[in-house]
Amino acid sequence: MLKVVDETKKAFLTGNETIAWAALAAGADIMFGYPITPQNEVMHYWTRLAPRYGREFLQTEDEISAGFTVCGAVQAGKKAFTATAGPGNVLMQEPFGMAEAMRLPLFAIIQQRGGPSSGTVIYSQQEVALTTYGGNGEGYRIVYSSASHQEIYDYTIKGFNMAWKYRWPTFLLGDGYQAKMREPLEMYDPEEKGIKIEPTYPLVGLPGKIGEDREPQHLCNIYSLEEELYDVVMKLSAEYESIAPEIIEWQEHHCEDADIIILTHGIVSRAADDAVKALRAQGIKAGYFRPITLRPYPAQQLRDAIAKSGAKTLLVAESSYGQFERLTKQEIYGETIKMEHLYMPGVGIIDYDIISKVKSVL
Amino acid sequence: MITPAVPKSWYLPTKPHKFCPGCGHGIVLKALGEVIDELEIQDQTIFGCDIGCSLLSWDFFACDSTQTHHGRTIPVMVGIKRSRPELITIGYMGDGGGYSIGSQHLLNSAVRNEKVTLILVNNTNYGMTGGQMAPTTLPGQKTETSPYGRDPETTGYPTKGPEFLAEVTSEGAYVARATVSKYKQLKRFLKNALRNQIEGNGFSFVEVLSTCPTNWRTNAQQTWHFLEDEMEPYFPVGELKSPFSKGGDK
Ligand SMILES: Cc1ncc(C[n+]2csc(CCOP(=O)(O)OP(=O)(O)O)c2C)c(N)n1
Ligand code: SF4
Ligand SMILES: [Mg+2]
Repeated sequence: MLKVVDETKKAFLTGNETIAWAALAAGADIMFGYPITPQNEVMHYWTRLAPRYGREFLQTEDEISAGFTVCGAVQAGKKAFTATAGPGNVLMQEPFGMAEAMRLPLFAIIQQRGGPSSGTVIYSQQEVALTTYGGNGEGYRIVYSSASHQEIYDYTIKGFNMAWKYRWPTFLLGDGYQAKMREPLEMYDPEEKGIKIEPTYPLVGLPGKIGEDREPQHLCNIYSLEEELYDVVMKLSAEYESIAPEIIEWQEHHCEDADIIILTHGIVSRAADDAVKALRAQGIKAGYFRPITLRPYPAQQLRDAIAKSGAKTLLVAESSYGQFERLTKQEIYGETIKMEHLYMPGVGIIDYDIISKVKSVL
Repeated sequence: MITPAVPKSWYLPTKPHKFCPGCGHGIVLKALGEVIDELEIQDQTIFGCDIGCSLLSWDFFACDSTQTHHGRTIPVMVGIKRSRPELITIGYMGDGGGYSIGSQHLLNSAVRNEKVTLILVNNTNYGMTGGQMAPTTLPGQKTETSPYGRDPETTGYPTKGPEFLAEVTSEGAYVARATVSKYKQLKRFLKNALRNQIEGNGFSFVEVLSTCPTNWRTNAQQTWHFLEDEMEPYFPVGELKSPFSKGGDK
């Protein structure tokens, strides 16, 4: 296979372009997609680049089809992915649910836009609930919420790897700002960095003669009896819970002596990072905590940060109306720390917004 | 100064409209406005638009209007018509909305002979999202997702909607293809498609060949050339099925 990145190099790219390069570097075989802003350029770059490296693309008739073609391709043993946003993410919940039930190594990029409905094509953090717990299942998903183009590159590669290693549908949750803005990053060949690329393997179309070399494969996702499904769900839950500690990732700083911990995810955590620095300079003891995985959620790590700091207040700042705070509350149920929030659905949050909010609640 | 006559059913506070210069959507909506006036149906018309450049018409008419989701205008219009048959429902959509994501609704509403009027603007691309390949993109045509030209080997041939709908619809249906380059014919077809609903005959569908200079990246002359010399030979205009004239109006 032709090498995508010969040597580690600096690049100045949009987030969508970064995803196309990272997917190539991760060895993705095929992308299935349907146009929607703000993810279009993932497809635009992929369709231009992929043929040079012998990779494939299909524009499907809609997102339901894009999601299910990915389900088919990964069953056939190919590293397949898709990218979508907003109403497209809604439609993809059906194939995402199939991937949860059948443990399919599906990887999807979600560039959040404003909602509900067609909303805006620009930006939000309103696809948290949908991406973590969408569908009629129990949220058996791995969801990375990126905050920079370097992370977009890193977690696209990692996302494919985690999907194939653990076989849960895996997501990179970005947003329209990250999709469209240009930022410096380092592009590298994962194997040269010592990152093992997880092997792919088919679930159907296996080699060998049926009856002689192997048994036929019968994959299914529907059961006749309540008890059968109960056993399946209990097993899935146990397996998900057992690997969750290996997957959880988070970032924190200045929590040791914090009076107030600012809890954010994704691009908003960059504003939180700036806000903490500015508040500290003004003598206000602020701390920073950011889940990188929204699913599984670093609940114990957040509880520990609260405990060791003795902080009185947890301020949740998000570009949605409480989706992230609700997720957090269910994860840290029982904590008695006072919770405050800054909800700015569908609009960006800057350090100033967080600093003002902190001052108003302290 | 001579100002062109503006249809009474246009909503003036939203004019000038929001389409790009040279866009065919404005011509289709001008013809539709005149037809609504001539049939005197402004007060009972429900105009529904898709998500696509058609969405820019959400406040275009002085008619009750509703915007739906990408590809979902047909079922919303069917819901309105089934509940209040006295209303005149017009679904307005692009080729992506109608032939791709909404194709199941198009097929099934046609088979059920739903008494709605659908207008589908064929501009051979996904205009609103920046010019990706549509089901109607011509072989060899370059778009954002067919940067090396549409290859029928891997993506099939352009969808011929009216031809397909003429096959699956039953008696009473009206199916036609018009073009913004033949304004009088366009108006006549739109009028027939609305008369067909008013008379309760059945499903009515008009595809309109239209222009998208922004994503085609064409000047005025090239735009007209693409419409008349590339699109029209591939997508023949005419009435394919009509309760009004035997053999159709060519
Ligand atoms: C479920 C869903 N998928 C994708 C989109 C993004 N989207 C908006 S408009 C559009 C394409 C419009 O193309 P077409 O229907 O041909 O209309 P045009 O803009 O060309 O008039 C798409 C894909 C969306 N809004 N919702
Ligand atoms: S992008 Fe194309 S279809 Fe949309 S308004 Fe502009 S010219 Fe018309
Ligand atoms: Mg179109």
